Amino acid sequence: MTVIVIIVLVVIAVVVLALVAIYNSLVKRRNQVDNSWSQIDVQLRRRHDLIPNLVEAVKDYMEFEQETLTRVTEARNMAVAAGQRGPEAQAQAENMLSDALKSLFAVAENYPDLKANQNVMSLQEELTATENKISFARQFYNDSVLTYNNKIQTVPSNLVAGLFNFTARQYFEAPEAAREVPKVDLR
Amino acid sequence: MYEQIARNRRASWLLMGVIVALFAVIGYVFGLAWTGEQAGGLGLLGVFGVVAIVWSLIGYYTGDKMVLAVSGARLVTHADEPRLYNVVEEMTIAAGLAQPPAVYVIEDEALNAFATGRDPARSAVAVTRGLLEHLDREQLQGVVAHEISHIRNYDIRFATLVGILVGIIALVADFFLRSTFFGMGRRRGGDSSGGGLMIVVALLLAILAPLAAAAVQFAISRRREYLADASGVELTRNPLGLARALHEIAGDTGRLESANRATAHLYIANPLRRQHTGALFATHPPVDERIAVLLKMAHVGPEALGAPPGVTGAPGTGTV
Repeated sequence: MTVIVIIVLVVIAVVVLALVAIYNSLVKRRNQVDNSWSQIDVQLRRRHDLIPNLVEAVKDYMEFEQETLTRVTEARNMAVAAGQRGPEAQAQAENMLSDALKSLFAVAENYPDLKANQNVMSLQEELTATENKISFARQFYNDSVLTYNNKIQTVPSNLVAGLFNFTARQYFEAPEAAREVPKVDLR
Repeated sequence: MYEQIARNRRASWLLMGVIVALFAVIGYVFGLAWTGEQAGGLGLLGVFGVVAIVWSLIGYYTGDKMVLAVSGARLVTHADEPRLYNVVEEMTIAAGLAQPPAVYVIEDEALNAFATGRDPARSAVAVTRGLLEHLDREQLQGVVAHEISHIRNYDIRFATLVGILVGIIALVADFFLRSTFFGMGRRRGGDSSGGGLMIVVALLLAILAPLAAAAVQFAISRRREYLADASGVELTRNPLGLARALHEIAGDTGRLESANRATAHLYIANPLRRQHTGALFATHPPVDERIAVLLKMAHVGPEALGAPPGVTGAPGTGTV
């Protein structure tokens, strides 16, 4: 009789331990998703900070590109403002800023003087790096979401997930407009 | 990948345990051969055992600093090398590491790189000046991604330990090999035939120990290199970058001055150009195969590699 009691207790203990392990793992994954989302934010802010310096530095060399420069500055200001309006508005504004920057870099190829300017070159390196970091931060965010969603949806962790209200997260997807190739006007 | 991490951590502890045990046995044998008595054997077993434990701990806690010092690596800041530093930061973000590894540069024209450290929180990446000058951003990214994958996989802990501990085995075995030739301590009694046998065994151990250690080292490194290549691609999502980088590195025939047999396995490509091509004794898988695997991932043919690298050297001069 006591043997059965012991066996039952052991089984219960094992199940409880397994549930705890799954719960902890879900919490860690969810935290990673949140953390990687805020990482994207960090890089976006950095880009906002770098752009005024870049515009200032190239202004004198690119007098004929006022339109492109203005577009970049405006896009940057809109992106900063969009930060308050929620992730969707933010994503859209940031993508428009990326487009504006791409046009600026493409047009800058026409100005060989710019390449000689150390200041400009180092700013361009920083901006390229920041663009890359934004990309990779988004990539890591999406990877984290994938792992988390997998955990929530596969058996047996989906049972624990349902019990404790772990909900699936959204991927960071580029909106349709960003998928168009940016038009570069080379005059 | 998580299995690889777990395996590496286990392997690290196992390695330290094996080294201590090996040392203890060697100590016992040498003690017995030297003094002809059981007590001598046990005494030396104890001494060697303690030395091995202490050395393992030193290797564990400061192995990375030792490797960096021996390789002539110089710590650099963002201001010194903005592009390199940025690329390392980019890959840190892609890998989701909490903080980037310390960045070092080796002032040598050879093209190479390595990673070392204990775990992602305490790690370092070192890159040669030659690499910085010859690779474009995409290729550099591929190399750094490969190194950061080693860090993430805890390969660096195992590889650094192997480097420190293997080095010491070779050193000690060397020492006792010399002592056997130059005559041993007085044998206090005991039958001469038994003593003679112990000498032979001692000699055998002295020769076999470094060989065995080397074989283990080589066997481990090869699979990890492939895995690091693949994990690196997982970070950059760009297999062609690393493929082109390896192509450039393979074309460089210069020898990296500061590399030696104890640290060769840490590098992305074998820094000691003249190598046995035998499968057992190569520290790295053949670079052509690594490139082929990467090209297959990218679904492109070898023409995507571009022009052959501009450094002289016929293809196939030893394994890289």
